[in-house]
Amino acid sequence: MNLEELKAIEKKVRERKAGRKRACVCAGAGCISSGATAVLDKLQQGVKNAGLENQIEVIPTGCMGACNQGPLVGVEPDQIVYQKVDGTIAEQILDQHLKAGKTLPKYLLFEGTAQGSTPKAPDHPFYKKQMKIVLENCGAVNPEDIEDYIGVGGYQALHKALVHMSPEDVIAEVKQSGLRGRGGAGFPTGLKWETVYKHVNEMKYAICNGDEGDPGAFMDRSVLEGDPHRILEGMAIASYAVGAKKGYLYVRGEYPLAIKRLEMAIKQAKKIGLLGANIFNTDFSFDVEIRIGAGAFVCGEETALIASIEGKRGTPRPRPPYPAESGLWGKPTLINNVETYASIAPILLKGGAWYSEIGTPKATGTKVFALSGKINNTGLIEVPIGISLREIIFDIGGGIPDGKKFKAAQTGGPSGGCIPEQHLDTKMDYDSLQAVGTIMGSGGLIIMDETSCMPDVARYFMEFCMDESCGKCVPCRAGTKQMYDLLTKICQGRASLRDLELLEELAVMVKEASLCGLGQTAPNPLLSTLRYFRHEYMAHIQDKKCAAGVCKMNQPAAVKGAH
Amino acid sequence: MQATLNRASQMPDVNRTDPRIKRVIVAMNTYGRKPESLIQVLHAAQNLFGYLPLPVIRFIAKELKASPSRVFGVVTFYHFFSLKPNGEHNCLVCTGTACYVKGAQLLLDQIEKDFNLKPGQTTPDNKLSLQTARCIGSCGLAPAATIDEEILAKVTPGEIAKVLRSKMGVTA
Repeated sequence: MNLEELKAIEKKVRERKAGRKRACVCAGAGCISSGATAVLDKLQQGVKNAGLENQIEVIPTGCMGACNQGPLVGVEPDQIVYQKVDGTIAEQILDQHLKAGKTLPKYLLFEGTAQGSTPKAPDHPFYKKQMKIVLENCGAVNPEDIEDYIGVGGYQALHKALVHMSPEDVIAEVKQSGLRGRGGAGFPTGLKWETVYKHVNEMKYAICNGDEGDPGAFMDRSVLEGDPHRILEGMAIASYAVGAKKGYLYVRGEYPLAIKRLEMAIKQAKKIGLLGANIFNTDFSFDVEIRIGAGAFVCGEETALIASIEGKRGTPRPRPPYPAESGLWGKPTLINNVETYASIAPILLKGGAWYSEIGTPKATGTKVFALSGKINNTGLIEVPIGISLREIIFDIGGGIPDGKKFKAAQTGGPSGGCIPEQHLDTKMDYDSLQAVGTIMGSGGLIIMDETSCMPDVARYFMEFCMDESCGKCVPCRAGTKQMYDLLTKICQGRASLRDLELLEELAVMVKEASLCGLGQTAPNPLLSTLRYFRHEYMAHIQDKKCAAGVCKMNQPAAVKGAH
Repeated sequence: MQATLNRASQMPDVNRTDPRIKRVIVAMNTYGRKPESLIQVLHAAQNLFGYLPLPVIRFIAKELKASPSRVFGVVTFYHFFSLKPNGEHNCLVCTGTACYVKGAQLLLDQIEKDFNLKPGQTTPDNKLSLQTARCIGSCGLAPAATIDEEILAKVTPGEIAKVLRSKMGVTA
């Protein structure tokens, strides 16, 4: 493969698209579970039966974002998206729109919602305030076809890096972009790459952390399912920069579709020489293997993830040494999150300076969030970092359903905290979120209304951490269990003020004494709800009342929670 | 655990002509007969058997040159691996945060009330197993559950009980 061949494929795809209408059927996990596969079959069969393959193309794509309106079908180049498409509607789209060019206003995306629909999907507030870089191909390309990815400029960033840039140049570009790790901690990506680069060793590894374990988070899943080649390209560029020869994609076992599409993507890339030996006729050789996780939240922690790839129980170990120095099989190892790798190709093509203009000065670029819970427009969104929470909830998300009142937004899953109403104007960036007591996290954003009980929310996350604690260190293993029991007491109306005091003491101890991030952050949801909703805890303890009506009070001590 | 392992050592070897064992062997050849291939091989074995029978675990340990205790340790560490066969029908209730906020607990309460079944359990007649998932990624359809391959979106406690009763052939 060389640049001419790459450009030839791009040209071929562009020409194919130019002469045709293109029906993009969202084949993200959400749309598939509401029946997208049947819609795809119906449209493809219909086009075939009518002998219109040269005029109309029907393809499956990645997630388009508006998950609760699915299955979604987009028609390009018209920028029209239809919602809740079933067999009958698919037939009408085929007959009237694809064949006759007539839009069907009845089925437009967001028709019938409070915000209403817009003639063209990108004009709707849901899309208008978004900015798609990581997700730019999700919903637009066929994730099962490498040519479709090349058709939108895919693998050109890799070519640029290998042929025109030195590893130092690539690292400098990423440093200039200001990109920070999207897994949650926000460590500067360029700095991490430089550290791995500086460790001299004949073997180094690059790992993609796709063990997206936070409940309520499905960003990485959507990128892996919707644009797998973007990840491969990002990993290859990173490996060239740091000097890694082999990559591992660690993906949750719960994501079979993502695994299937990655397997296809790797096979296709190998076939045309974009992975393997001497890529673009350079000295750089790179190979990737998939490793399937087996359901352990703690494996999202980098040292636990490495243990899991080595075929062991996924327990973390103390750092230092950091994986950059001694990682997989004791070799220098680069670990980045899915979204981080997905940001690399555009940064190389458009430049680090371009990327650093987006977002805020200290947190550049965009962030993908999975928006769910008590909100009208649930789904997947990508916004410039620094947008306010209010804009996300009320403009993009369309507000709270059923006339209910907003109570809190939860970010960062079991390691994060909640943002109450008085902080709705908080900017969504690393520092502002930390100032209100939560974290950016990996991107789960769960909206709660007045029917959610905050002590019960804290109990829910504590149960999660208790179950997922690997058991290696005592503060986490025993501490989460004790905190869970105390929270259960509170939620059953059996707790005293002394219990609350004990709970707060324990929270500090577990936070400070645990070995890894799981334990160190496990008390966060509790501390955050205590900070803003202490009155709810007091009502549970002193008045034995749960205003949200979630907790069943005055239960006898013998009856414990789920455990 | 000692008792379990003792029992395992008294078990006969697996039947190497069993087509499923043959495919486990293929997986071991693909990933390499070394301890680091363990998790990949266990995935393959569980796909073939539906769970991980003890003789199979012992067989894998021997072939990958890992101790049975190490393999057993890995099997019990990860939620995905199961030492017990599942029931005829499988119900999986998503307890991800979006589903939790939208009432997943009410679904579990209803199933416990109607079928005397808690997550991780199977009915004595082996008809129904109940499991929970951390998040099945269908947050837009919360609360969600799956029964066998079928996805129940925005499901109510009444609906889930009704579907389960019809699956189990109970008329009520």
